[in-house]
Amino acid sequence: MEMNNINVVDQVHDPTKSPSGLRILWKEIVRDKLALVSLIFLIVISLSVFTISLVLDQDEIVKVDLFAINEPPSEEFILGTDYGGRDVFGQLIIGTRNTMLIGIAVTLMSGIFGVAFGLIAGYFGGHIDNALMRVLDFFQILPFTMLVIVFVAIVPKYTIFSFALIFAAFSWMGIARLIRSKALQEKELEYIKASQTLGTSHPKIIFREMMPNISSLIIVTMTLNLANNIGIESGLSFLGFGFPETTPSLGTLLSYAMNPQTLEHRWWIWAPAAVMILVLMLAVRNVGEALRRATDARQRRG
Amino acid sequence: MKFMWKFIVRRIIITFPQLILLSVLLFLMAQAMPGDALTGLIDPNVPEEVKEQRREELGLNDPWHVRYVDWVSGIVKGDLGQSFRFKMPVTEVVTDRVINSFWLSLVTLVFTYLIAVPLGMLSGRYNNTLLDSAITTYTYIGFATPIFIFALVMVWVFGYNLGWFPTSGSVAPGLEPGTMEYYLSKFYHLLLPALSMALIQTVSTVQYLRSEIIDTKQKDFIITARAKGASESRVYNRHIFRNSILPIAAFFGYEITTLITGSIFVERIFAYPGMGQLFIESVLLRDFSVVNAVVLLFGIAMILGALLSDIILSIVDPRIRIK
Repeated sequence: MEMNNINVVDQVHDPTKSPSGLRILWKEIVRDKLALVSLIFLIVISLSVFTISLVLDQDEIVKVDLFAINEPPSEEFILGTDYGGRDVFGQLIIGTRNTMLIGIAVTLMSGIFGVAFGLIAGYFGGHIDNALMRVLDFFQILPFTMLVIVFVAIVPKYTIFSFALIFAAFSWMGIARLIRSKALQEKELEYIKASQTLGTSHPKIIFREMMPNISSLIIVTMTLNLANNIGIESGLSFLGFGFPETTPSLGTLLSYAMNPQTLEHRWWIWAPAAVMILVLMLAVRNVGEALRRATDARQRRG
Repeated sequence: MKFMWKFIVRRIIITFPQLILLSVLLFLMAQAMPGDALTGLIDPNVPEEVKEQRREELGLNDPWHVRYVDWVSGIVKGDLGQSFRFKMPVTEVVTDRVINSFWLSLVTLVFTYLIAVPLGMLSGRYNNTLLDSAITTYTYIGFATPIFIFALVMVWVFGYNLGWFPTSGSVAPGLEPGTMEYYLSKFYHLLLPALSMALIQTVSTVQYLRSEIIDTKQKDFIITARAKGASESRVYNRHIFRNSILPIAAFFGYEITTLITGSIFVERIFAYPGMGQLFIESVLLRDFSVVNAVVLLFGIAMILGALLSDIILSIVDPRIRIK
């Protein structure tokens, strides 16, 4: 029954056309209440975090104030202050912004490289595929978390950009493998053969013809990766190998809980950050799961 | 059978290049790190000429391939270099930590399967009931929960607020090693960190077991078993269980990767003196010979874990042997 509804909507545009990829993705999100709520939540959270952080002054927030150490929530400080007398609410807002931005940046960097890698391996197949897959196999057996930590520790002139680069360098393998197996199937299809016969150049076939056709898979995988990357970034910052301490992040706020006094008696410092990380990850994942269902016609609800 | 052996031999052979590549990467990393093998051996105030002479003696000025071969043959003989922080051989520093981490991992694995098997069985047997959706909700949330947040909440609730468990260390101070109390205290210290890791790590196994059971339920041999008059509990506990449990058991080699990553966080949060904590401490204090040794040992454990799982899986499930 529900399938009919889609067709009715689409017949308005063109009776012979099946619904477009983006339209199916959107339908699925609207149909899945949890995903819709998550999406609205994400939009509201990003809008408020970005507008509030425009007003907030980061230098003011990270300035140590020894007269206001570890204050519980009050009217002046909505979420109290940390061991350096810094406003926790301000750190939470800026931290959420930073965590989201670095998550998106890393997901895009590893995604772009992984997609290109997977497409090239899958499209050419044969020896090229073989060689590229051995490289990928090697990266995949490496102890990811530890290598990122070691590289963060030994990189001279450590900046947030080098962090994103190290992180992305070790996290492109999953998406590359997935895209490669999809590309292997896709290149057998007639439209690719036709283009090759017509003499279209390889890069053009790969990126202008093949990539748009698997774009929904790319969107889905990147969304699910974003949820993971937010978690991994927070974990690394929690251990002290992510954002430098002068830049607030959710993981850094959480790491103050490593002090037993803070963990036991000052929940306002670490608990909001913990909830924020968890809710962000769940929300992004809910949206991603709805998108994943949308790409598989058998699982679709919409 | 012949195909199986062929697969196993091939799988073992590709492990060697993996190990060699790992060692080369670590060797290159060690070169990029500040300090060299001498840093852990010598007083930093010794004049530069003496240091240079010692370097020459130790072969640190040799070309890189000679040093690489020296380094690898040292490792094979059990020489992992000198710790700059502890002023003793890395092998000695690591030994106790490896034992602690081994116990933590073992108890975690036991908990993981103790939780996964009943939950997966119930969820698969009574799928689409209230019980099943409760379990599925747990796995969904557990899948998205980072281990460090969960462990922190666990230590906050059960360690600090309720005071049921110790919050740091691997054994209560002042106990004589070898006594009964000593081992009990060790186990007591393991419980909370192991349970925290297991509750998160188990969710993928629960999900896998659930879908495996729902799949098996409709297979012909189950319908046959029912037709022969086997009771429902016999059908589930013998026929379906036996069919679904083997692939789960085979996954345990892959779990080593999750365990290692988890242990870095959990050992830090519970101040448990294992390899994960040693790793973080050594990076922070720039004791790079220890860092290298830990990464090497963890890397080898992961490679061997994957090898083990692939071999078990190929015995259990002939389909994956085809390639």
